[in-house]
Amino acid sequence: MDNVILSLILLVPLAGAALILLLPERGKLPAWIALLDSLLTFLCTLHLPAHFAGGRGGFQFEENVLWLSHPRISYHLGVDGLSLWLVVLVGLLAPVGVVASWKTIGSRSKVFYALFLLQQTAMVGVFVSLDLMLYYGFWELSLIPIVILTAMFGRNLGESSAVKAALRFFLYTFIPSAPLLVALLWLYAHTGSFDYTTLQAAIASGSLPARQLGWVSVAFLLAFAVKVPVLGLHGWLADTFSEAPVAIAMIAAGKLGLYSLIRFHVALFPALAREAAPWMIGFAVVGILYGALLALVQKDFWKLLAYATLSSLSFCTLGIYGFTISGMNGALLQTVNEGIIGAALFLMFGVLFDSRRTSQLGEFGGVAQKAPRLAALFVIASLALIGLPLLNGFVGEFLVLAGTFNGVSKGWAAVAALGVIFSAAYMLRMIQMVFLGEPTANSHGHAVRELSWRETVTVGGLAVLMLAIGVMPTVWTSTMEPALQSAFKVSSAENAVPAAAESGAGMMHAMGESR
Amino acid sequence: MNEPMLFLPLIPLLPFVGFLLNGVLGSKLPKALVSTIALAFPLASFALVARAAWMVYSGLALPVIEHGAPEWIVFGAVHIGFGLALDQLTLVMLLVITGVGFLIHLYSVGYMEHEQGYWRYFAYLNLFLFFMTVLVLASNFLLMFVGWEGVGLASYLLIGFYIDRRSAGDAGKKAFVVNRIGDFGFLIAMFLLLGSFGTLNFSEVAAQLAGHAAISGGVVTLICLCLLLGATGKSAQIPLYIWLPDAMEGPTPVSALIHAATMVTAGVYMIARAHALFDLSPTALLVVAILGTATAFFAATVAMVQTDIKRVLAYSTISQLGYMFLGCGVGAYSAAVFHLMTHAFFKALLFLAAGSVIHGLGGEQDLRRMGGLRKQMPVTFWTMTAAVLAIAGFFPFAGFFSKDAILAAAFQHGVSGKALWTVGLTTALLTSFYMFRLWYLTFLGESRADGPADSPANGHGSAHAGHAHESPWIMLTPLVVLAALSVCGGWIGMERFGAFLAPVTGGVQAAAGDGGQIEMMLSALAVLVAAAGWFVAHSIYGRARNDRANASLALPRRVLERKYWVDEIYVAGIVRPLEGLARYGLGWVGEWTLVRGSAWLLAGVASLSGEFLRRWQSGNLRSYAAWLTAAAAILLIFVLAGTLFGINGFADTIHWAVR
Repeated sequence: MDNVILSLILLVPLAGAALILLLPERGKLPAWIALLDSLLTFLCTLHLPAHFAGGRGGFQFEENVLWLSHPRISYHLGVDGLSLWLVVLVGLLAPVGVVASWKTIGSRSKVFYALFLLQQTAMVGVFVSLDLMLYYGFWELSLIPIVILTAMFGRNLGESSAVKAALRFFLYTFIPSAPLLVALLWLYAHTGSFDYTTLQAAIASGSLPARQLGWVSVAFLLAFAVKVPVLGLHGWLADTFSEAPVAIAMIAAGKLGLYSLIRFHVALFPALAREAAPWMIGFAVVGILYGALLALVQKDFWKLLAYATLSSLSFCTLGIYGFTISGMNGALLQTVNEGIIGAALFLMFGVLFDSRRTSQLGEFGGVAQKAPRLAALFVIASLALIGLPLLNGFVGEFLVLAGTFNGVSKGWAAVAALGVIFSAAYMLRMIQMVFLGEPTANSHGHAVRELSWRETVTVGGLAVLMLAIGVMPTVWTSTMEPALQSAFKVSSAENAVPAAAESGAGMMHAMGESR
Repeated sequence: MNEPMLFLPLIPLLPFVGFLLNGVLGSKLPKALVSTIALAFPLASFALVARAAWMVYSGLALPVIEHGAPEWIVFGAVHIGFGLALDQLTLVMLLVITGVGFLIHLYSVGYMEHEQGYWRYFAYLNLFLFFMTVLVLASNFLLMFVGWEGVGLASYLLIGFYIDRRSAGDAGKKAFVVNRIGDFGFLIAMFLLLGSFGTLNFSEVAAQLAGHAAISGGVVTLICLCLLLGATGKSAQIPLYIWLPDAMEGPTPVSALIHAATMVTAGVYMIARAHALFDLSPTALLVVAILGTATAFFAATVAMVQTDIKRVLAYSTISQLGYMFLGCGVGAYSAAVFHLMTHAFFKALLFLAAGSVIHGLGGEQDLRRMGGLRKQMPVTFWTMTAAVLAIAGFFPFAGFFSKDAILAAAFQHGVSGKALWTVGLTTALLTSFYMFRLWYLTFLGESRADGPADSPANGHGSAHAGHAHESPWIMLTPLVVLAALSVCGGWIGMERFGAFLAPVTGGVQAAAGDGGQIEMMLSALAVLVAAAGWFVAHSIYGRARNDRANASLALPRRVLERKYWVDEIYVAGIVRPLEGLARYGLGWVGEWTLVRGSAWLLAGVASLSGEFLRRWQSGNLRSYAAWLTAAAAILLIFVLAGTLFGINGFADTIHWAVR
């Protein structure tokens, strides 16, 4: 089982997509197939943590079959602590996405669910590919359903802004893929291999021409930074959040880009990534405040969520480029957290939007009285997002900030920590405007509906997960850390925390002796 | 010796179970069952605390530290767990929290009887007890922070309990965000502690400090000041006090429990808990003392002119918390905790009695529409009188002993101490004045329920005083118990209390040989000052029995009524500029530049494929989809072409292309 499980995880959604296309579009049939299929996939992904040998780095569940001999492309899959939970996350979010689309997607649901499942295969493929060309194929494949589904099933098709959003997403993400491809081919031309570990060793050996390698690493960085997005490259984010179907919007940002940054930038080009680090830290810290401040004044909740996402994803970027194990651990955990919290929020925003056909905060009010379950779960997800202790968001933020503070820069970390004030401000402002106060009748006269049982179970499950990660984060971090350790081969001297503690103790000694 | 069985984890977990039961099922349960759940779990918690106190009394050695606590967060080599510990300080806090907490739960059963969302109220109240007990039981800073933020959450939920009232939502939001500013300081302090000590455990930090007794240094001062920022948020001190008066939007028992007796004292508790750090930084201690004294005085002046009964009490709470900070600042931690305890008794009582008045008047909170309630509400009147005498500092009421202890410690604290003492004593005068003003306006004279023409309607409507009624016994019982504590709570005496806390907070400042006489004089002076305050209040409100505006004092009065315009200054100086920056600076200029800039950047990157992409601008949805698929296919074919058609030197071609 262990040697085919990854292929299975890739194939099950694909088979589901094929089944949906073959069967007639009758009632909710495509949706049911998608739901069952994605649940099956989720079960398969759970096999990974259940049989994962924790406490060690390196890849597990590996499959390596030569696919083409010239150029040498292998079907090489594997999972380590870095990708393990992201695969499970994709498995988890697929059924959530189906549930979130349940009431929204009416006609042409065959196309929708088939492409949705295809997207799932592509995302898992990105996380498990150890051959860079294979990785690139999945990476590209993961963009296409987003574009098509946004264009076909967007919210404001009549005004064609959905098409514009799709096009913008396409331009932002596809264009940097072109230099990425060129960079990949350049690497192949110099090493004769697309294999991850081979390339890692080749780059580490220093035998490649340095100047061109620098450009190659920039091409990698750019492609991933757009997908995160990092501050400045976030031009697609607000549009996609506003227009894409929720099931698509909830997976569009964050994890693919952040994972790729760790695996294919920081771990592949450690020396060059360190040179880029001061810039990335700057972008991240400014991004935290920039996004948070903008979220504070938005009138539209999709846009608010977009800027809030920019802000919290910047925490992840900060953790990654701080080059401390704790910070990266926190960033990786936060990537998972962001996926979970974002999915819950997107689903609930979807319900709000569908009830009222508007996303203007001013048109809401008093929803808590009409839909108490929705309100309660929304508040829990918001608290997780703003980092309330015992919920998952806190652990990630704490590790990132503490790691940055003691390993990189006290000043940057302190400025970044200001984000915790603003995040509370913008989320509570939104809760206030949507859920509290007198119930308002908006111009369409639609009342906000309560969550259905299917949605309640889904979001409730996500809320339980937020609490579980918040209370027992070591279950997750303990599998992540060895992978990060071995991926960077960070010597203990470079590990920020003991070093900081030692220097602190040293300082105390010095101060003690000076008296 | 065997581990004593104290069941420490159960003390917070029991109310948490109550929260879960009522929070998840409460809306479907009958009211009686909701009340039973809501009362039973806190009572069980209190029983455990009382049992622990009994064991300590009969000789159990403290501190008791729970071993084998589950691990929570691992930061590098630092393992931080859910460790609990019980020492003298925690025991005092727990007795207050669960004891007063239970009484207020009991009172709430009567007070909230007719409210919608009864179950929700009790769920939140139990949740508060969970976090508050975690806060004081935590054996490390991070777990304390869990309680710290958690009580903030409970406070937010309860302030905004009336979810249809916009002002309640605003007040809750303000409380949470302002507290977050303080929490920011707490976080930074923890990062500094991690860097300097490599641990967040109270005992390990203290041990390291004891090992290097000579350390003073900037780091410790910085840590203390960051912690102090946190404390000023939670305990409503300058500059972060502004949320507490607004927090009165919550139901009155909430104001009694959270915004008077327990949560707002967390800052005092934190400083006492971290006193090993503060002791090493005279600068930080001086800042604590000055902030506390300034807040005490400032808030007392504002309290003198407030017309909302709860707002008077809110400013009074801020002022009394200032005394506690003053106590901490002069190193008299045990005196501060003593005042914390007595204040919990009499201030909870004041709020509950005020709640009884409000309840009896059908929601009226305006002092100008009260008066003459002594006859209709005798129990409320007499219990409140005890509380007023206690807070004003009359012998032998509880407040006398604790306030006296703080002022005496300040007096003996060098030159700065004398100045602080002077301000503190003046504040005592003001305190006595505004409390008796409230007392006269509420209970004595004639009923003014029909209202003078100049008093703005509070929205609560019309005359109720004619029908004013005494509250039911379930509300009066807590009043009577708290009144007894407000009278007797101080009799234990500072010396014995200080000696009990000494293992935690360090020795009591042993007064010099002639200290006794000075202390006697100081005490006499304090009582005189309290009497003077009563006299002034009596001469203004005792005869006219109305809130008479003195024309010659119009300007200072207006300054006080507008609370020195601090809220307005904060909004104009901080909130608006930030919003402006966000809306125009970032929203227009920033977004325009960045989005355009990145688009140009990407356009530059894609200049080669630009021509190809431009053809896409036309056509309908289907053609986009078709083009996208085609593009993906072309890319794929391009990549695979080399193999499929066996083109030799493919790699070389690529090499050439990118050279």
